[in-house]
Amino acid sequence: MTDCNETLRELETFLDNELSDGARGAIHVHLEACTDCLQAFDFHAELRSVIAAKCHNDEMPPGLLSRIEKCFGEDIDGDGRIG
Amino acid sequence: MADRAEFAEQAMQYAPKLYSAALRLTRNGADAEDLVQDTYLRAWRSFSTFQEGTNLRAWLYRILTNTFINTYRSKQRRPNETHLDNIEDLYLYKRMGAIDSALGGRSAEDTMFELFTDDEVKAALEELPENFRLPVLLADVEGFAYKEIAEMLDIPVGTVMSRLHRGRKAMHKLLYDFASERGLIANAPAPTARDLPPDSQHG
Repeated sequence: MTDCNETLRELETFLDNELSDGARGAIHVHLEACTDCLQAFDFHAELRSVIAAKCHNDEMPPGLLSRIEKCFGEDIDGDGRIG
Repeated sequence: MADRAEFAEQAMQYAPKLYSAALRLTRNGADAEDLVQDTYLRAWRSFSTFQEGTNLRAWLYRILTNTFINTYRSKQRRPNETHLDNIEDLYLYKRMGAIDSALGGRSAEDTMFELFTDDEVKAALEELPENFRLPVLLADVEGFAYKEIAEMLDIPVGTVMSRLHRGRKAMHKLLYDFASERGLIANAPAPTARDLPPDSQHG
């Protein structure tokens, strides 16, 4: 069975969903049997979701959408028509 | 995606998140707005190179990232990054016990959302040197895969992984420092590993 050190070494690749199915399975087996590692994994999964949520809640300035829409109106090929 | 009108419509839905990402990168509202506008303008102009079936969101982030690197990064000198290497693994986790007790025994998992303010989390990310901020933003906030990040930043996957590892540790340490400054761990005992195996900090 995978030991604690091997498991914790893969903490990031596991949470990043970048492990092969086999390696992922081995981590799952360990986590089912090891509360300490499970706690560490849970902590980092939770922290990740808190970071993502709190870095995504900025309010867009009111004028930005119309500035973007103006980009889409640009006549690129110069034929006098948009697009 | 057959035509430009459809492209424009689909691309617009990503504007709020692109703006958040732009804020984390430029760290100021005016530059972030310019960066997002620039991103859409470049996307519109290079629409003909957009391959049908390509992930539109990833394509827009790639343009955003490249525009940022080419327009903004060159203005700043390369920061000292050596301090990132002196942070042990699981830095924040190993110290959460002290924060737990300061919070009166509530579990860290239950309170983490309330523990750190929005501004603190944003500041922790924004304080990372750009080489680390970009991968951490793209992975942890935007959820892109290593391969996608490697393509966006034009660096090998192994470099993405090592920058993520170092950048995350530095960000977690900043979060700990913020909690510490707010007195959440005023009487913290010396940091103790939470029953982790003795060698787990290496790796």
